[in-house]
Amino acid sequence: MIRRHLPVLITLAVFIVGYLICLAQFPSFASTRVIGNLLTDNAFLGIVAVGMTFVILSGGIDLSVGSVIAFTGVFLAVAIERYGINPYLAFVLVLGIGALFGAGMGLLIHAFQIPAFIVTLAGMFLARGLCFVLTTDSIPINAPAYGQITEIAFVMPGGGRLTFIAIVMLVTFAAGIVLAHFTRFGANVYALGGNRTSAELMGVPVGRTTIGIYMLSSLLAALAGIVFSFYTSAGYSLAATGVELDTIAAVVIGGTLLTGGYGTIIGTLVGVLIQGLIQTYITFEGTLSSWWTKIAIGALLFAFIVLQRGLSAASLRSR
Amino acid sequence: MQPTRERPELLEIRGLTKGFPGVLALDHVDFTLHAGEIHGLLGENGAGKSTLIKVLTGVFRRDAGTVRLDGQEITARDPADALSLGIGTVYQEVNLLPNLSVAENLFIGRQPHRFGLVRTGEMRRRAAELLSGYGLAIDVANPLGSFSVAVQQIIAIARAVDLSAKVLILDEPTASLDAQEVESLFEILKGLKARGIGIVFVTHFLDQVYAVCDRITVLRNGRLVGSKPIAELPRIELVSMMLGRELADEALHRNQRPAVTGEPLVAFKNYGRRRLIEPFDLAVRPGEVVGLAGLLGSGRTETAKLIFGVERADSGQAFVDGKPVRIATPRDAARLRFGFTPEDRKTEGIVAELSIRENIVLALQAQRGWLHQIPRGKQEEIANRFIKLLDIRTPDAEKPIGLLSGGNQQKALLARWLATEPRFLILDEPTRGIDVGAHAEIIRLIERLCEDGLALLVISSELEEIASYSDRVVVLRDRRHVRELSGAEVSADTIMTTIASH
Ligand SMILES: Nc1ncnc2c1ncn2[C@@H]1O[C@H](COP(=O)(O)OP(=O)(O)OP(=O)(O)O)[C@@H](O)[C@H]1O
Ligand SMILES: [Mg+2]
Repeated sequence: MIRRHLPVLITLAVFIVGYLICLAQFPSFASTRVIGNLLTDNAFLGIVAVGMTFVILSGGIDLSVGSVIAFTGVFLAVAIERYGINPYLAFVLVLGIGALFGAGMGLLIHAFQIPAFIVTLAGMFLARGLCFVLTTDSIPINAPAYGQITEIAFVMPGGGRLTFIAIVMLVTFAAGIVLAHFTRFGANVYALGGNRTSAELMGVPVGRTTIGIYMLSSLLAALAGIVFSFYTSAGYSLAATGVELDTIAAVVIGGTLLTGGYGTIIGTLVGVLIQGLIQTYITFEGTLSSWWTKIAIGALLFAFIVLQRGLSAASLRSR
Repeated sequence: MQPTRERPELLEIRGLTKGFPGVLALDHVDFTLHAGEIHGLLGENGAGKSTLIKVLTGVFRRDAGTVRLDGQEITARDPADALSLGIGTVYQEVNLLPNLSVAENLFIGRQPHRFGLVRTGEMRRRAAELLSGYGLAIDVANPLGSFSVAVQQIIAIARAVDLSAKVLILDEPTASLDAQEVESLFEILKGLKARGIGIVFVTHFLDQVYAVCDRITVLRNGRLVGSKPIAELPRIELVSMMLGRELADEALHRNQRPAVTGEPLVAFKNYGRRRLIEPFDLAVRPGEVVGLAGLLGSGRTETAKLIFGVERADSGQAFVDGKPVRIATPRDAARLRFGFTPEDRKTEGIVAELSIRENIVLALQAQRGWLHQIPRGKQEEIANRFIKLLDIRTPDAEKPIGLLSGGNQQKALLARWLATEPRFLILDEPTRGIDVGAHAEIIRLIERLCEDGLALLVISSELEEIASYSDRVVVLRDRRHVRELSGAEVSADTIMTTIASH
């Protein structure tokens, strides 16, 4: 039992140790204000990471999510500001487009047996290209709905704000946990990551599941794009570059095996928070360049991959 | 349906044809399965047994032919479709999903659920109940991969049995089961048969065929040789149907030879590891075959792993040519020119995407170091020599090994170690999953290797076989070497009584 949850427990331990270090240096880390900001600042990353966890669990990869986030922002800005479409309608439209986009990628991956890496790489260029077709400018979004939504927040004791977008992220995680661990779809995702051939011979609907997985990933990327646009109040073609890699890093640090089959959604939440923690620490520290975030994440990622290798080798040997 | 039959025809296959590039795996094959019948499907390695099954269950698309189930023409689009038609299958190479829990493996795709949510508690309860019918009391919440290969095999069978409403297909299901487990499987099959389910049973163990089958169909090179009730088919006729030639009885027996004398090539004194295997003494001389016999889990494979350095000994000393040596890793063992073909070849051995040639030269290349590439011509020569020597059925050496039939893959793995020209070779179940013809070939090969001065340690569950080629036999029980038999004592009967005695 303990052994099975070891990767998540280690991730959790890293987070707690990291938090304590931050706390020792900057006592204000205990305030709900810092915690509220940690959740809000990483909301969009958390949402995409949920989708990415499903993709990686199934043994695949989705490189298109950063571009889909940017496309969503640009689409919303153009639709709302240029064409005067109701923001809520625009949200629904863009979520629909995202889902279709992902389903298309899933279909290609399944029907032609093309590696997910290639298909989603193409998807990445396609979505980014579409941004530039819509506009090359950064368009601010001034719709009153945006102001209203960003105003929604629970004030926690101590003055911290649990914002609407933080809540959206937490709800996404809760839904992701239920989907992964308590539905047939979830079991099928793990089955695909365990061994695709065996899964097929056991009667798992491989095609349907593959399409569902990439559809979910792009849908959540579009949702993350909406959240991101609340956060920045603008749509810009070059936004969110490299987010796909941050997301993959968060998932792996969260204890999910890159080769698929093993991992949890809750681990991904901790992975996202660890990244947020490093970022916050560097902001507080003030003298370090923000590139140190990348270096720290790189080091962590490396450590975790080595650790996973060690763990899986150890569990093989103990049989 | 023909009214003249006493039992209705459940499954009727006519003119089934399936070709792969370079091979016609099935050539107009007919096959009829009745309700309430256990039907043995036999043939040599590469005869087309697994292909027949896979075409039937929609893994492969057929080139021609018809399939009727209960008189209705059917075409399974994929394995899921076959399941929904009531055809449950244990495929030869499937190990289910090691990362999922046992319960999920048993119920994937049909988990009990409410409002779209899986009822995990209910699923586990039913899984435990299902497995208790097989005498398996395990925690079904644990991942499948944490159990032994034998337990996994039973779980695969339990799953297929539970899924088969009309037809149950078992492709070499007993390969990693011990005698008692096989016995309880047979009880279950007989129960299913009484309920009117038709069972297709593929195996290379002739004893098992005669123990349960009602009827036998034999394939050879993708063609139907014949189909007969078991009562009308004596063993010797069955074997000649499979081989297409008469197999002399002595082909399975070794010529009487004088006892091998001389200094041992390898020797182990008080060698052991706590909780793995009790310390033992063992010596093998050049040209000698020592057999390790015992039940599954008695410590046979553990002994082999210790000797080859897969596990590290914590007591005793190893000697080669009388000089003490240290064997802490398989690399050490390979440097001493030891070879080892592991039991679990499915997962530990083949690299499915690489060609047969590449698989065969793999160990040799690794031994030489990757910087000293073996020239292509030499590789081809080695591969072709072993393909011929072991009669590996393939159009050429460049075919990916994953596309060979199961038994032929095993022969290629044996070739991999033989190619390194070892001085001391450990064979763990060398004939498992290998057909009678190749069986005899491998035994003859073992003899020939001995004459060349190779020292051999062979692990086998087949007592007749081990008795026929071993100079000495070490019998193991409960992770201890209990007795060493030599000379006239080496017989299946003595081995059996030694295993059984207390
Ligand atoms: N996917 C494939 N692609 C190409 N050739 C194949 C494929 N599967 C099987 N074959 C070939 O078809 C022939 C029949 O193979 P099959 O697996 O049906 O044999 P089998 O009777 O099950 O043998 P075994 O007892 O060794 O399991 C072999 O020559 C094999 O090489
Ligand atoms: Mg086969």
